[in-house]
Amino acid sequence: MFSTRNFNRSKPVLFILILFPSLIWAYQFVTGNLGVNPIEKLMDELGLMALRLIIITLMITTLSNIKPLKSIVVLRRMIGLFAFYYVCLHFSTYIVLDHFLDMKFIIQDIIKRPFITFGFISFLFLIPLASTSTNNMIKRLGFKLWKKIHYLIYPVAILASMHFYVLVRADKTEPVIYMGIIILLLLHRIFKRLTPPQLAQ
Amino acid sequence: MKILSSEITPYKTYLNRRKFIKGSLASALLATVSSSAFANHDNNSSIYNKYLNENDKLNSYEEITTYNNFYEFGTHKKHPHLNSGNFKPRPWTIKIDGLVKKPQTFDLEKILSNVTIEDRVYRLRCVEAWSMVIPWQGFQLSELIKMAEPLSSAKYVQFVTVFRPEEMPGQQKRTIIWPYREGLRMDEAMNPLTILATGLYGHEMPNQNGAPIRLVVPWKYGFKSIKSIVEIRFLDTQPETSWETLAPWEYGFYANVNPNVNHPRWSQGTERRIGEFKRRETLMFNGYEKEVAHLYKDLDLTKFY
Repeated sequence: MFSTRNFNRSKPVLFILILFPSLIWAYQFVTGNLGVNPIEKLMDELGLMALRLIIITLMITTLSNIKPLKSIVVLRRMIGLFAFYYVCLHFSTYIVLDHFLDMKFIIQDIIKRPFITFGFISFLFLIPLASTSTNNMIKRLGFKLWKKIHYLIYPVAILASMHFYVLVRADKTEPVIYMGIIILLLLHRIFKRLTPPQLAQ
Repeated sequence: MKILSSEITPYKTYLNRRKFIKGSLASALLATVSSSAFANHDNNSSIYNKYLNENDKLNSYEEITTYNNFYEFGTHKKHPHLNSGNFKPRPWTIKIDGLVKKPQTFDLEKILSNVTIEDRVYRLRCVEAWSMVIPWQGFQLSELIKMAEPLSSAKYVQFVTVFRPEEMPGQQKRTIIWPYREGLRMDEAMNPLTILATGLYGHEMPNQNGAPIRLVVPWKYGFKSIKSIVEIRFLDTQPETSWETLAPWEYGFYANVNPNVNHPRWSQGTERRIGEFKRRETLMFNGYEKEVAHLYKDLDLTKFY
């Protein structure tokens, strides 16, 4: 049995572990060690990290259904906020480094290219999640409304994986794996809802 | 021609390595050898500078040979460099068939003894919106076509890449339908800009760039420039090409570089020149408008993209 305290104690280590890649990439970028096409590489790494973290937050909820891991849910907020952190870095790399704030071009890009549209909507949906992440916000909104807002994580995850899927030109194995995991996690939730709580026990 | 190890060592690694081995007598000798080889390589690039357009700069040997698409060795742009070590580009033959006087198979050596290899410094524009400037060595495709003696009914040329899954690990997965196929209209194939390249930077074509012989069509997106060619067919109808077959709404037969024709995945209006920080505007026909625009004067380029 892992207690809330166990999980809380792991937070500082997790914090550093998840933050670390972004610092490494930033350092490699500045020192010119991010390969032949550093802006593309930076954008890819940041985006992939964000997608993985989004999937991990979904997994945490599922794992918390297993009795001994019930308290793991205390890690979810931090990881969710880190997902937002990586999405923000990914998006600003696109806006600033890739397109030099050429807003006319960027807006057209978002409208015309489905994969960018998916990514952009996913980013927009993450904003209310991140901004209502504090305890204070849960209180102010009431748990019910707060929970409803946070259902947005499902479209976020699906759109983010589609963003990746459409981007890949030929070998879709990796994005399909991520999509598969997301679908399984969603199916599990639907199944849980359909099963009356008494039976579930 | 042999590729010296100093030329496939990234410059930074090379410098670090030099720092590391400083002091030891044996390696001091090695350092002398490789530094002179490296200097030689640098000198080489200056040979090609005279062919450059005003706004262009050559990409380095390292950039050209470690970052490119060649799905036969994997789908990531570092894969060709990492996974092409087992590929054996010699001996090599090219089969000529279809609408020709006499179908035959040429030894590459025989072809090479009949042509003059020249330097061609071309911009290469990938459909993924990045670009490079590459000093190729090769000869005009038209010279080989003359040797092949096509019939007057031949209107198109189709090219086929070698299929060797045991040497090309990317072919063990069905990411695209192997072997890779490409094609040109006869007048495009005969255009003086169209070459078969057998080297770059004065070295034999590296495996990852399409050894031993590949097409280079500089006014079209990179995927038209098919690599490691084993067969050339002359046809009277437009041939199937690999990317068009896979996603016809994205890739057309013509695939001319065109900033005005949108691609659902990448804006084709701008590009990142590898090694540069800011994007550049993409030029019509990749800047070869003067040489090739006349080929398409009767063609609706938005339809035939």
